[in-house]
Amino acid sequence: MHLTKVINHQKTELHLCEICAKEAGSELGLIFESSFSFQNLIAGLLEGDTGHSQQPSIAGHEIQCQNCGLTFTDFRRGGLLGCGECYRYFQQGLEPLLKKVHGSIRHTGKVPRRNGGKIRIRKEIDDLRNRLQESIRREDYEKAAYFRDEIKRRENELAGG
Amino acid sequence: MAMMNQDYLKDMPNWVKNGGDSDDVVISSRIRLARNLKGIPFPNYAHEQQLETVTQQVLQAARERSALGEFIPLKVEELTPNERMVLVEKHLCSPQFVENPHLRTLIVDQEQTVSIMVNEEDHLRVQTLLPAFSLDSALELSNQVDDFLEENLEFCFDEFRGYLTACPTNVGTGLRASVMLHLPGLTLVDQVKRVLSALAHIGINVRGFYGEGTEAYGDIYQISNQVTLGQSEEELTKNLQSICRQVIEQERNIREALLKESRTQLEDRVCRSFGILSQARLISSEETLKLLSDVKLGAELGIITQVDKNRVKELMFITRSSILQTIIGKELVPVERDYYRAMVIRQRLGAHGASGV
Ligand SMILES: [Zn+2]
Ligand SMILES: [Zn+2]
Repeated sequence: MHLTKVINHQKTELHLCEICAKEAGSELGLIFESSFSFQNLIAGLLEGDTGHSQQPSIAGHEIQCQNCGLTFTDFRRGGLLGCGECYRYFQQGLEPLLKKVHGSIRHTGKVPRRNGGKIRIRKEIDDLRNRLQESIRREDYEKAAYFRDEIKRRENELAGG
Repeated sequence: MAMMNQDYLKDMPNWVKNGGDSDDVVISSRIRLARNLKGIPFPNYAHEQQLETVTQQVLQAARERSALGEFIPLKVEELTPNERMVLVEKHLCSPQFVENPHLRTLIVDQEQTVSIMVNEEDHLRVQTLLPAFSLDSALELSNQVDDFLEENLEFCFDEFRGYLTACPTNVGTGLRASVMLHLPGLTLVDQVKRVLSALAHIGINVRGFYGEGTEAYGDIYQISNQVTLGQSEEELTKNLQSICRQVIEQERNIREALLKESRTQLEDRVCRSFGILSQARLISSEETLKLLSDVKLGAELGIITQVDKNRVKELMFITRSSILQTIIGKELVPVERDYYRAMVIRQRLGAHGASGV
């Protein structure tokens, strides 16, 4: 299956996404036949238990990424998102897909060093809160006090800029 | 940059030349990170100008790097078809990357350990490829390169979804860890399909030697993680590692059992394959991989002692058509390829009796 798309008079083969589709599909235990296509997979994944596909729309108008112009239908057809903002505009439609492919919708991994400053601090605070709870549960109050101070220090850091 | 440096082309990458942990079964380990630049549409939806901007920014960022040594930028458009194939067969880039070469640049380090595909499905695909079983080191090195690039580039990142990628199957960590395994034992006893389909059910992706859809020529399989979101990079890598360990153990057990229970049959198979390889005058690339798989197994098990194990592994790559043509130094028609391939194999296996021609 090769999808061909014409962008800026440039023929672009979109079969790359068949690969990702296969990767996603084999996790779901699907059987791949020659008739398999990425759209089928995306469409299939987007169909809920009701069998109706969830096409996010507001008052009858299809949702479109305001940054790159991609519509959700475009995405379903080609399997690729247009830009980072698409994740925000299509959030409702993407969530079930992400859940099915990854079993999760929340990133818990690496945060960019330089540009992820505040995000990283918030992550550290989350982590410290868990450890604080854990040490209170274990009645290790010395550790708990340490974590409490660390949380304060980072909260100040966040507030201070 | 019109032509690649021929020495550079001929040089085998680090992962082909060297061995290491569990190299009786594991050929190579790879970590790939998908990254995009903030504010620019993903490659499939970007204008030419924007793709050019991406290239310039990434090149600039790579140039700043000194700790990892010098990087060589290769504009795919300016390479010959054979040069492009060499990059694919050395696993420095994906086949899709060279199929549509417009505005695509590959950045490779001298060792051919780190490579960066610019403007593939995502703006950057940073890849670290190491010999044998070394996912930990590959992850560490990938992180170093990623951090370094991030000093000069702003990546498209979201607090909740992580690194944003063109395809939602890569979002989050953008990490794909993969290990290339040589599984002749499991294949011989017809267990490989069972083991690999079991892996597919727990979120592990299995592919042949040259990617999806290709046959596992030479009994080489590539297994990688499916999930990229919801687990940390370390967790994803550890998970794949522990699954690999189990497959490695199974492969070793079967090899031992074969040696114990059907030694003569195994020796016969290995030695016949060695015989054909060291005497043939014409040989196809497919038959070569099939026979080399037997010979590699024989070398690992001590059935064949006259050839170095690493040399057998090297032969699996030197005999690929594109690399073969580079070594011979000219384009070859198929029958010539089969002829030169047989010759190179005879030379490298040190089959001295076979002179003439
Ligand atoms: Zn894709
Ligand atoms: Zn968009």
